[in-house]
Amino acid sequence: METFLGRYKNLIVLAAILFAQIIGLAVQVRRPSQLGETRLIRLWAISAVTPIEGAVVHMQKWVYGGWSNYIYLRGVRRENRELRAQVERMKIEDARLSEDARMARRVQTLLGFKEQYVENTVAAQVIGTSGTEQSRVLYIDKGAKDGIKTDMAVITPTGIVGKIVQVFPTSAQVLPINDQFSGVGAVLKETRLQGILKGSQNGTTTLQYIMSDEKVEPGEEVLTSGGDRIFPKGLPVGKVVSVEPGKDLFLNIRVIPSSRLDQLEEVLVVTKITEKMPDAKDLAPIRAADILAERLPTVPIKPGTDAAGNPKPADTAAGANAPAGTGAHPSATGPTANKPVAGATTAPGVKPNSTALTTRSTSGTTTTPGMKPLNGAATGTTTPTKPKTTSPATIPPTPNGAASGETGTEAPVNGNDATPAPKRVKPAPGQTPSTNPDQPAKPPATDQPQP
Amino acid sequence: MSSRVMPFRGSYTSREQVAVYEFSWPALIFIPLLALLIQIFIPTKVRYFPIIDLPFLVTIFFAVARRNPVSGCVTGCIIGLMQDLFAGPSHPLGMYGISLTIIGYLASSLGLKIDVENPGSRFLITYVFFVVHQGVYYGVAHGLLRQTQVWSWSHIAISALANAVIGLFVFALLDRFKQR
Repeated sequence: METFLGRYKNLIVLAAILFAQIIGLAVQVRRPSQLGETRLIRLWAISAVTPIEGAVVHMQKWVYGGWSNYIYLRGVRRENRELRAQVERMKIEDARLSEDARMARRVQTLLGFKEQYVENTVAAQVIGTSGTEQSRVLYIDKGAKDGIKTDMAVITPTGIVGKIVQVFPTSAQVLPINDQFSGVGAVLKETRLQGILKGSQNGTTTLQYIMSDEKVEPGEEVLTSGGDRIFPKGLPVGKVVSVEPGKDLFLNIRVIPSSRLDQLEEVLVVTKITEKMPDAKDLAPIRAADILAERLPTVPIKPGTDAAGNPKPADTAAGANAPAGTGAHPSATGPTANKPVAGATTAPGVKPNSTALTTRSTSGTTTTPGMKPLNGAATGTTTPTKPKTTSPATIPPTPNGAASGETGTEAPVNGNDATPAPKRVKPAPGQTPSTNPDQPAKPPATDQPQP
Repeated sequence: MSSRVMPFRGSYTSREQVAVYEFSWPALIFIPLLALLIQIFIPTKVRYFPIIDLPFLVTIFFAVARRNPVSGCVTGCIIGLMQDLFAGPSHPLGMYGISLTIIGYLASSLGLKIDVENPGSRFLITYVFFVVHQGVYYGVAHGLLRQTQVWSWSHIAISALANAVIGLFVFALLDRFKQR
């Protein structure tokens, strides 16, 4: 017996170790840990390692931050200029989109939809990975002490990342969307087809369970559908890169995630999502031009003048010369132009609002030197103010060459008899440019031929 | 610490005796831990780093240097289980443990028979054992746990090549911790 054990000692030890591990595997498969439950040995190991990882990451960040924020500042001014220009562009875009969003919310209110809002997030730093190709889990430096729980969504500003699968006191484990055990309810943005986004062993993500008779084009965006009850609806997931016929009557749609999952540094954990009806109180119809105008400087409204040049109350001037729909064009009359006053008729779809239209169309406007006085009421109501120029981006020229960003008094009413106005006109101090940049100006309401 | 000399037992090497190296306890403990820390930290910064398997390389190094199948088994088992701890809830403890136990045993058994000191044999050993490692892992995942696994020869060949190349540098670095 001793000879046998001595001769096969190595093999016996190997078999014993393997046997013990296989039994351990069987026990784990037979009794998988419940959701949120963590095996004690894992808890100890990860709790021991993650502080070290966190310290390394924070030290690295500190050193890098010191270098990039205080020493290496090359190109910062140029970048700042570019960012400012981008902000300006985005403000205009934001104004346009805000109106779309309000409209969508009104529709949702009417239809009784409940909307999901990301109410609270916790910023976290990625401090580690599984280190293997077979598993793509990530570790973040926020845990139960920071309010993190399992099944919370993890996102970045560019798109979703994954969900929390295990929580430790000071760290948590994130299952990214490209892991082979991950699944996310997703919807194609244009076609509204719903499927499940699944990861794979090699880290690619595919949108599954979309029938092969559907037409899906590469480049289409993929959003969260909210069906998994983890990710709020409408967050960016990725973009379709290829569509191939798959097996079992389904398409094989490969999606590239919006977030750079392999180079994540900071993420947001969504700790609170609320479902509520859109608030209908703030949803009065406001045009994009109005929103844009709110962001631009304004002046107090001056009293209007009548055709003879005599001052008159602003609110009376509006109704008289602005019948329904005629003077209500936003590009010609300003952001608050088509707001009816007492006694005035408003065309459908025109926002009822103040009397600024008439005020601006009859007074307080700027005449550019060299500009031929206009006929009719507007001619006599031009206020002699110092001419200024404005950027062409704000005031696109009208087809007849007149500046369109100002109120209607500056634009030639009859194009044939008007002296071409200078193309760059700046509004008087405090005056709100009334033009929607996307629309050319129209003549003032008072001189418009009636339809 | 001194190196022991094991008698020649049917080796394919030209030497009649092979040296058995020993390591200090701190080296035995902290080198695998450091390898594991690097393995879980660097992929956050370097995209393709998970191709490299530092715990696997350390297992091979200790196994072939100590030339003791029992210690090779135990070293592989411990390092593999530690790797399992960080692999996420979808990976039960023991998947890498089983794989590296077998690798540790085979590497130390091979170390008894052939010369594993020169770079050429180290390169070949690492390359072949990486493929075996992946095969055992695939067998455990697919055969025992019924997990969906993809076997890609091209990917494994490239990964094995990368590990074999990196292994040469890692082994050269770890040679400094050998005690004769």
